[in-house]
Amino acid sequence: MARLLEVDNLHVTFETYAGKVHAVRGVSFTLNKGETLAIVGESGSGKSVTAQSIMRLIPSPPGKITEGRILFEGDDLVQASKKKMLRIRGSKIGVIFQDPMTSLNPTMTVGKQIMEGLIWHQKINRHEAQKRALEMLRLVGIPNPEQRFHQYPHEFSGGMRQRVMIAMALASDPKILIADEPTTALDVTIQAQILELMQEIQKETETAIILITHDLGVVAEVAQRVAVMYGGKIVETGEVEEVFYRSRHPYTWGLMASMPRLDQRRDQELEPIPGTPPDLYDPPPGCPFADRCPYAMFICHEQMPETTQVSPTHQVACWLEDPRATPVNKEVKVNIR
Amino acid sequence: MLRYVVKRILLMLLSLWVIATLTFVLMKSIPGDPFTSEKKLPEQTLKNLMAHYHLDKPLPTQYLIYMKNLANFDLGFSIKSSTRSVNEIIADGFPVSAQLGIQAILIALILGIIMGSTAALRHNRLPDYAIMVLAVIGISIPSFVLAPFLQKYIGWQWDLLPIAGWGDFTHTILPSIALAFLPLALVTRLMRSSVLDVQGQDYIRTAQAKGLPPVRVFTHHILRNAIFPIITIMGPLVAGILTGSFVIEKIFSIPGLGKRFVEDIFNRDYPVIMGVTIFYSAFLILMNFIVDLVYTWVDPRVKLGEREVE
Ligand SMILES: Nc1ncnc2c1ncn2[C@@H]1O[C@H](COP(=O)(O)OP(=O)(O)O)[C@@H](O)[C@H]1O
Ligand code: SF4
Ligand SMILES: [Mg+2]
Repeated sequence: MARLLEVDNLHVTFETYAGKVHAVRGVSFTLNKGETLAIVGESGSGKSVTAQSIMRLIPSPPGKITEGRILFEGDDLVQASKKKMLRIRGSKIGVIFQDPMTSLNPTMTVGKQIMEGLIWHQKINRHEAQKRALEMLRLVGIPNPEQRFHQYPHEFSGGMRQRVMIAMALASDPKILIADEPTTALDVTIQAQILELMQEIQKETETAIILITHDLGVVAEVAQRVAVMYGGKIVETGEVEEVFYRSRHPYTWGLMASMPRLDQRRDQELEPIPGTPPDLYDPPPGCPFADRCPYAMFICHEQMPETTQVSPTHQVACWLEDPRATPVNKEVKVNIR
Repeated sequence: MLRYVVKRILLMLLSLWVIATLTFVLMKSIPGDPFTSEKKLPEQTLKNLMAHYHLDKPLPTQYLIYMKNLANFDLGFSIKSSTRSVNEIIADGFPVSAQLGIQAILIALILGIIMGSTAALRHNRLPDYAIMVLAVIGISIPSFVLAPFLQKYIGWQWDLLPIAGWGDFTHTILPSIALAFLPLALVTRLMRSSVLDVQGQDYIRTAQAKGLPPVRVFTHHILRNAIFPIITIMGPLVAGILTGSFVIEKIFSIPGLGKRFVEDIFNRDYPVIMGVTIFYSAFLILMNFIVDLVYTWVDPRVKLGEREVE
């Protein structure tokens, strides 16, 4: 499979009044053409910062990429000029954000907001841009596109606005679509529709998708590969099958256990992982999960575990992989919604 | 739309009637009459004068006469210069005040929006600090201190512009600046915080993610959204400029309505005081109405009538 994007040892910090936040600490992953990679993890684990780094949209100051490379089409985006980034953003890499209610400009018609990027990037005239924008609105399933084109965001429901965001992100036919929790703010039924829509469009356009979510159910539905993030690091990555059925990391087990299951009554409590994520102001020297991990050993608190290659596609960073560790057997019950 | 406008106009008339009545009551409850300060007039002359201005009639009758004239846009005659009607006095003075006011508003708006945006775009850097210091000075120095200062240096010491008086455009510059100073500081501060607020909104990140250059993000996404708070304070701003003109016109001896109004208060010239008060009220009420119309026109989220009358 053709490699499209390679993130290598990415480090991002924020200088705040309270101190330096190490939001992303050595993240590496790759994205292939046409595939969907899911990045999962609790809130605060550094998923959005990773995505913003790829777009070079980290608010700076206070944010800064301190180390690492982001290779895309032969360029390192970390080093790329501002001008180069303007040409890549919105044209080669598109983004959809979490909250469709606040992500559209309230004082510009939806049609204009879609056309704007097209005219800027593709140097096409208004007429062609309008044609393309209408085409996109139709593609994302917005009824009466001709009429909707001239309306303002407040005249759309949340789900419809997210469709508009998708139309906008895909209008220039980007190679990569980054979707940062695109369905988190939506009703469950609308969530399913939006995910389905993204998959359908992906089939047509062959856009590679980085789907950021904290919801494993979403991952199972749409992704081929998963990266599990925790405390600014990727702790496990692999194909969906591998991470769902043959997971090797205690944090992934915890995530699985906290997922709603079909055999569970609605009012039954989910089983959240006890404890809180590590303090990124002063991250522990060892495994970020050590304080909450039921299997934590002495070494876990002291030293970062190495990444172990479980299979050509499956990697895990955990001391349990070390031959000296006592073997544990955790049966993971998985049930996809 | 039409229903809303009709409703607003009826409400405006109601407010005007209340203001006119209050003004009437207040005028009548102040001790003394316009002739008290003059040297003792003969008994008969005083009686004739009182009769001429209906001051000898019972108060309810005076009130009715006043309201009837008001309904015909007749504000009566000045007592001190009895050949001139209040309408004439307003027609003479208002254009002068209006020119000064409009110039001051334009300075405050244009410069304020530019300075406020610059400060926000250079947040926590030198231009931001410099502009904010200026704004604090503008808010804390009263215009009656600033105006003589401008007169002394720009008008007299450096002799760049006329010190006072009214004639050509050069006469309008110093008073316009003096009048614009406080509103300029207010607009600058508001614009700065508004731009900072809009800059942090999700839709600005969306615009950046489209790959638009910073200039376009500012002109097409930040500016339009940041300007709403400015429109909402336009009503109070106009009112502030209007009251400011009382002082500034006096200091610069400008024959505007503001200076005239202040003088007539000292002269207890009832008809002029009442007439100009009502005129000013009508003017401000109308301005507020226009501001609301403009607001509904620029903000697609607000439909006429949905934003109820305060
Ligand atoms: N602009 C910012 N300033 C300071 N800290 C930030 C900023 N953006 C993100 N962070 C910090 O980076 C960490 C990761 O955040 P984020 O990537 O948004 O997490 P998530 O996985 O929920 O998307 C958090 O601890 C957050 O406090
Ligand atoms: S390295 Fe240690 S603390 Fe971290 S997940 Fe593995 S066992 Fe748990
Ligand atoms: Mg996030």
